[in-house]
Amino acid sequence: MRLIGLLVLLVMAFVLDLCAGPVRIPIHEIFRILFSSASKNNDWYFIVKNIRLPKALTAILAGCGLSVAGLQMQTLFRNPLADPGILGITAGASFGVAAVMLSGGGMATLYAIRELGLGGSWLIVGAACSGAGVVMLFVLTISSRLKDNVLMLIIGIMMSSVTLALVSIWQYFSNPEEVKDYLLWTFGSLSGVNGPQLPIFALAIVIGLVAAFLSSKMLDALLLGENYARSMGLTVKYARVVIVCSTSLLAGSITAFCGPIGFIGVAVPHLARLFFNTSSHRILMPACCLIGTVLLLLCDSIAQWPGSDTVLPVNIITSLVGAPMVIFMLVRKKNLNIYR
Amino acid sequence: MSGGSPLLQTSDLQTGYHVAGKKLLVSDKMPALHLGAGQLICLLGPNGSGKSTLLRTLAGLQPPLGGAIAITGQTGLSSAGLAKKISLVLTDRIAGNNLDVYSLVALGRYPWSDWMGGLDESDRAAIERAIESAGVGPLRNRKLHTLSDGENQKVMLARALAQDTPLLMLDEPTAHLDLPSRIRLMRLLHRLARELDKGILLSTHELDLALQVADEVWLLEATGSMHKGAPEDLILNGIFEAVFAKEDVTFDRATGVFRIPPEGGRPIALEGGGVAGFWTRRALQREGFTVTDNAGGVVITQEDGRTIWMLNGKRFVTISKLLAALNGLT
Repeated sequence: MRLIGLLVLLVMAFVLDLCAGPVRIPIHEIFRILFSSASKNNDWYFIVKNIRLPKALTAILAGCGLSVAGLQMQTLFRNPLADPGILGITAGASFGVAAVMLSGGGMATLYAIRELGLGGSWLIVGAACSGAGVVMLFVLTISSRLKDNVLMLIIGIMMSSVTLALVSIWQYFSNPEEVKDYLLWTFGSLSGVNGPQLPIFALAIVIGLVAAFLSSKMLDALLLGENYARSMGLTVKYARVVIVCSTSLLAGSITAFCGPIGFIGVAVPHLARLFFNTSSHRILMPACCLIGTVLLLLCDSIAQWPGSDTVLPVNIITSLVGAPMVIFMLVRKKNLNIYR
Repeated sequence: MSGGSPLLQTSDLQTGYHVAGKKLLVSDKMPALHLGAGQLICLLGPNGSGKSTLLRTLAGLQPPLGGAIAITGQTGLSSAGLAKKISLVLTDRIAGNNLDVYSLVALGRYPWSDWMGGLDESDRAAIERAIESAGVGPLRNRKLHTLSDGENQKVMLARALAQDTPLLMLDEPTAHLDLPSRIRLMRLLHRLARELDKGILLSTHELDLALQVADEVWLLEATGSMHKGAPEDLILNGIFEAVFAKEDVTFDRATGVFRIPPEGGRPIALEGGGVAGFWTRRALQREGFTVTDNAGGVVITQEDGRTIWMLNGKRFVTISKLLAALNGLT
C-alpha cells in the first residue's frame, strides 16, 4: 500500500516538476512532448526536452543518491545525524570549486563560468570531482587501517573542517565578484546538468547505487555494532571500504554536478524508517530512493513556482520546507524514541 | 560430559593487545583449554583479570598473541568460517536502530543467508527454533528499545541460537539482571547445553550461580594464570579464596559467600541452629559481632510456632529489635 502510494506520489511530483517554471505550458502539451516527441510550439518543445526533463531527471538521480548515501552513513556510524557529507567528500568538492573560481580570477575560468553557466561548466565539474576524489582517497586510505568506525567519523569531520578553512582563506584574499560566484555555486542547482553531462552523471549515480544496494546485508549486520557484525562473519574493514566508496561516489558526483545540496541526505533515511517501520536495508534502500526523489522533485517545483519569474536555489527550499516536515512527522508518529 | 568431542582446544594461548606496536600481555600462563559438546563452563575472575579479553580472543574478535586455538579441530578459520562455529552474546548495547525482536533474531542467520540477506525455509525454521528455545515468543513483535534488561538478554541469546553454531560464548550475561532473572538465564543455558549439545562458555561474577550450573570453572588470576576444575574443588582447596580474597574482603568457605570482615569484632555467643540460626548469624556478623557457638549469649527458641530471641532474660520477636537492644548495650 505504502509502496503504491509513494509510486503515485513520485509520478505526480515528476509531472509537477515538469510543469513548474517561469513559462506556463499546459499539462497535456507536456505529456504530448514526452510521449510523441512533438509539439505545436517549438519553444515549449525545447523547454521541456532540454531544460525541464534533464532537470527532473537530475532531481531523481540526486534524490536517490543523497538519500542512500545518508542512510549508509547513518548505519555505518550508528549516528542519526550523519549525512553524505560527513566524510568530508562534499567539503573536498567545494574546495576544488573554490580553487578554480577564486584562483586569482584566471580569465579562462571566468570565461568558462560566464559562458556556460555555473553548474554547466565542465571546468567546475572537473574541479569538484578532483577535490572530492582527493578527499575520498585520503579517507579510504585511513579507513582501511582504522579499527574503529567512530575514529573514522571524527577524521571525516576534521577533514571537512580543514578543507572548509582552506576555502575560507581563499575567499578572504579574493575579490567580491569571485566570492559571489562561489557563493552562488554553494546554493546548489539542479538545472546545470544537461546535454552530454547527464549520461555521465547518471552512470556515476547508478554505479554508486548498485554498490550501495549490494552492501545492504553488510549494513544490516552493522546495525548490531562492529563486534556482533564481526562475530557473524562480516569483515568490517572490507565492508567499510565498500560503503565509503559508494557514498563518496554518490556524494562526490552530486556535489560536482549540482553543488552541495543539504538536508535530503539527513532527513530521508529517517522518513524511510518511519514510513516502512523497518530497519532492513533491503527495504530501506529502495524506500530512500523513492522518498528522496519525491522530496527533491517537490522542493524543485516549489523553488520555481509557476507564474513567478524568481527561481530560488534548491538548497534553500530543501531546508526551509523539508525540516519542518520532518519535525512534524517525527512528533506526530511519536516514534522519537527509536533513536534512543 | 567432558568426554564429548572437543569443540574448542587451545595450546600455549597468550591473550592481550598490541599497544603502539608492543605486545601487552593480559593472560600468558594458561593451561591447555578444552571445551566439549554439551559442556557449560563458567569463566570467573576478579575485575581486570582478562575475562573479556580471553573470551574475545577465543571468539576470534581479536588475534591471540601466542599459541593456537583450534575450533572443531581446525585452526586459522576465516571470520566467515568462525561465524558458523561460534555465536556470541556480548555486553554491547544495541539501541537506536528501530529493530524489532524478530528482525534481530533473524540477523543471527547472517552467516547462512544468501548474498542479499534473503531467508529460505530452513532459515525461518531455525529462527523459530531459536525463539522457542530462548522463550521469547511473546516478544517477537516488540521493538528492542521497549525491552527490559532481562528480556533484552534473552533476545540476544535467541539471536545467538539462530546462528546455529556448536559453540556459544556469553560475556557476563547476568550483569544488570535481578536475581530471579539471573537464575532463570543460567538454568536456561544449562538446559541448552544438555538438550542442544552445545558447548557454552560464559564469563560471570556470580559464584553461587556458577556453582549451580557449571560443569567446570576456569578461574583467571590477575597475574595472568588460570586454574581449572570443578567449582567445588576450587573452593575446597583454597584456590578460590587465594584469587579473590583481599585484606578487606574474606571468603567464607562454609557458605561460599564473600564478607567484609568486622572491625574490632565484639564476641557474642549464639545458641540455636536451623534457618533462624543462619540468618541471625548473618545479621550479627553484619553488625560487627564475631559469633561463637558458646552458651551465655543470644538464645533462639520456638514459642507457639514463632521464633523468639532471648538475651539476658529479655524476649525479642524480631531480629531488628534484638539488634537495636544489642547496639543500645554498647
